[in-house]
Amino acid sequence: MAALLEMRGMVKTYGSLRANDGVDLDVFAGEIVGLLGENGSGKSTLMKLLFGMTEPDAGGIVFKGRELSGHRPREAMAAGIVMIHQHFMLVEAMTVLENIMLGWEEAGKLLRRGTIADRIREASERLGLDLDPDVRVADLPLGRRQRIEILKAVLRDADLLILDEPTSNLAPSEINELLNILRRLRSEGKGIVFITHKMPEVIEVCDRVVVLRAGKVAGKAGIAGADKASLAAMMVGRDVTAPLSVEPKAAGAVRLDIRALKAQDLGPLDLRLRGGEILGIAGVDGNGQLELAETLAGLRPVESGAITLDGAEITHATAARRTEAGLAYMPADRSTTALVKSMTIAENLMLRDSHRQPFSKGGLLDREATRKEARSLMERFDIRAPSEQTLAGSLSGGNQQKIVIARELARQPAVLVAHQPTWGLDPGATRFVLERMIALRDAGSAVIYISSELEEVLAVGDRIAVLAGGRIAGLVSRAEVDMTRIGLWMSERAA
Amino acid sequence: MIDFLEAAIRIATPLVFAALGGILSERAGVFAVGLEGMMLTGAFAAVIGTWLTGFSAVGIIFAMAGGGLLATVVAIVTVRHRADNMVTGLTSNILALGLTTYLMRILSGSGRPLAIHLDPIGAWPVPVLSKIPVLGPIAFNQPPLTYLAVIGCAVLSVFLFRSQWGLKLCATGENPEAVFAAGADPLNIRMTAVIGCGAIAGIAGAVLSLQQVGTFTDGMTGGRGYLALASLIVGRWNPWGAALACLGFGAAEALELRLQSLGVPLSSYVMQMAPYLIALAVLAGLGRSSRLPAAIGKPL
Repeated sequence: MAALLEMRGMVKTYGSLRANDGVDLDVFAGEIVGLLGENGSGKSTLMKLLFGMTEPDAGGIVFKGRELSGHRPREAMAAGIVMIHQHFMLVEAMTVLENIMLGWEEAGKLLRRGTIADRIREASERLGLDLDPDVRVADLPLGRRQRIEILKAVLRDADLLILDEPTSNLAPSEINELLNILRRLRSEGKGIVFITHKMPEVIEVCDRVVVLRAGKVAGKAGIAGADKASLAAMMVGRDVTAPLSVEPKAAGAVRLDIRALKAQDLGPLDLRLRGGEILGIAGVDGNGQLELAETLAGLRPVESGAITLDGAEITHATAARRTEAGLAYMPADRSTTALVKSMTIAENLMLRDSHRQPFSKGGLLDREATRKEARSLMERFDIRAPSEQTLAGSLSGGNQQKIVIARELARQPAVLVAHQPTWGLDPGATRFVLERMIALRDAGSAVIYISSELEEVLAVGDRIAVLAGGRIAGLVSRAEVDMTRIGLWMSERAA
Repeated sequence: MIDFLEAAIRIATPLVFAALGGILSERAGVFAVGLEGMMLTGAFAAVIGTWLTGFSAVGIIFAMAGGGLLATVVAIVTVRHRADNMVTGLTSNILALGLTTYLMRILSGSGRPLAIHLDPIGAWPVPVLSKIPVLGPIAFNQPPLTYLAVIGCAVLSVFLFRSQWGLKLCATGENPEAVFAAGADPLNIRMTAVIGCGAIAGIAGAVLSLQQVGTFTDGMTGGRGYLALASLIVGRWNPWGAALACLGFGAAEALELRLQSLGVPLSSYVMQMAPYLIALAVLAGLGRSSRLPAAIGKPL
C-alpha cells in the first residue's frame, strides 16, 4: 500500500542553521506516527514545510499520490492536511457551530445552521467528542475546545491530522479521552502525526515513532520494541534517564537557617541548610510551596521567626537586600515573574544587576558591555538564540529557563531557591537544569529545590522534606527514603 | 402624540444609519469614533451632488462616496498602519469639520459659504397603508430614507448573523487569528468593514442635509455621530437593538422640543443636553456588562 504522505530528503536552512537536514517521513492511512524531538530539533520546521508555510531548499512531498510543492497553507488544507495547533484557533465568544462554519464553504454563503448542527451532532456522537453545537466556546474547558478543532478537521474530510503537543494543556483524564478519540480516528482510516516529547503517551497510542535530533532523523522504531529510556536517548543523543551523579558532598557550614518561620498560609517551620547540599521539597501543589519560595525571596511579609543567611539576619530584608546577601531565586512562573518576555535576552540577563558593573557605568546603562556580557553568558549556559537581541518571549521554554539560570547562577549565590524549575521543559532541558543545580551544590552553595515532581526531588535532593498544609510534614536523607512514608506525609494536612 | 412620535422617528433616522455603519466597523474590530466626521462628509457631499445634478439620488451616492472616502483614510491609517483607533477617529472628525467648512467657502468663490437651498425630500406615502389611523401617518407616510433605515436594519441583521461573510466579519472582531486560520484575510475584512461603515454613515449625513434641512451648514451633525456611537453600545452591537436605542434618544430630543414650545422656564441649551446626559447615564448604567468584541482596537 502506498503511503498517505511521503516526505523525502527535506532540507531547510535558516542562515547557518540547518533546521532540516535531509529528513524523511512516511505516514500511512490508519496509523498514528509519533514525531519526537526536543525543542529546536526540527519538528516544527518539518511541519511548516509540509503545510506550505515556508519553502524547502530541497526535498519533495507526495500526498495521496500527488506531488505537493510551492503550495500555501490553504492548498494544504484543501488537499486534506489539517494542523491542530497548541493554541486553538477558535472564537471564544461564538458557539461551537459558528466556529465550525467559519470559513467553511459547505456551510453556504447564507448559513445552513440546522444542517451543519445535525452533522456536528452525528460526528460528535460517532467519535465520542461530546460536543453540543450551541454551546459557546468560552464556556468549554480546554480539552473540549481541542475537540472542536478535531471535529473541524473530520467534517472537512481531512485525511491527515497533525497534532502539535496536543496534551500539554490537558488534565490527565482529558489526555486519556484524547488518546481514545485518536484511536477512533485511526480506525476510520485517518493518518495522524502526534508531535510531542512526552514518552508515556507516545508509547501508549503511537504505532511508530520517528525521532528528530538536530535536524536529522535520529531513529525510527515500531512501538513494540521501544521503551522510555531508548526513546529519550534517541531524542537527546545521550541517556537522560540514567541516574544523576549525586555523590553527597561533605556538607559545609550552615548557610541558611530558618527558625520558627511563620507567614500567611505557611509554617511555623524550621529548616537548616549547609553549603554543598540540596534540600528537595516535595508535596502536592498548593501546600505552601509558593508561600515558602516567596517568603524566602522577600516577596511576602514574615509574621514571626527568623531567617539567617551566612550569619546575617534577613528576616525582614527587602528582596534587593537579600540578593546582596547572596540569595538567588528562580520563580515557578517563568513567563511573567522570572522574565520580561517583551525584552531581549541581554536585557533580561541584566535585570537584577542593571545598576552594577558591567551593566552600568557612572549611573548610566552601558549597552555595549551588557551585550558583551550577554553573549558570554549565552555561551556558558548554552542559550540557543539568533542573537542576544532576540526577544525572550520568542524562545522555547528550555531556553527561557536557561536565561533565568544564567542570571541567577552566574554570580555563585550562597543560597538558591528554585521553585518548579523544570516545569514544561523537555527531557534534555530538564536534565540541563538538574545538572546545573548539582554543579552549584558542588561549588559549595545551598539549594532549596521545590517541585511537585517527586521523581525529580528524589533525584537531586540530598535530603527530602515534604510540605503539607504549609508545614514540614517530614524530613529524611536520601539514603533513608521510604516511599510509603513520603506518601503518608504528602497526604497529611496540618491540623 | 402623533406629532411627538413623528418627531422622534425623524430625529432617530440619521442616528440609525450612523449606528448601522458603526456596528459594521466595531464588529470587525475597529472603534467607530470617526462616525461624526463620516456623517458630516456625507451631509456635505449629498448637498453638492444634488446641487450639481439636480437629482437627490445622485446626492445620496455622493454621500456614500464621501463618507466612504474619509473612511478609507481611516482604514488605511488604523488597519494597515496599525494606528490607534481613538486618536485616528477623533482626528478624522476634526479634519472633516475643517474640510467641509473650507470647501463650502472655496466653492462659492466669494469667501462666504455657498448658498444652496434645496427642497427637502418629501414623504412617500404608502398607498392604502398610510390611511390607517394613527399607525398610517407614523409608519407609512415617511420620506424614502426613513424606510431605507428600517430595511437597512433587516439587511444588516441577516448579513451579520446569517451569512458566511458576516460570520467572518464578526470573527475578525473577536479573534483575527482564527479567521486567518480559516483561510480568510482579516486585514481585508477590516478594511472593507470600515469603508462600508463610512458609506452607510454618509447616508446618515444625507438624511440630515437632503431629507430634513435642504442645505448644508457648518458642523451640522452637531455630535449626532457620537450619539449614534452610544446607541450601538446600548444596543449591544445588534442592528435592531441599536435602532431602538436611537429611537429612545430621538424621543428624548422630541420631548425636549415639545417642552420648549410649551415655554418651560429652562434654558434651551440645558434641554439640548438632555439626550447626551441620558446617553451618559445609560452607558454608565451598562458599565462593564456590555461586552465589546474581544479584539476591538487591537491592530493586526
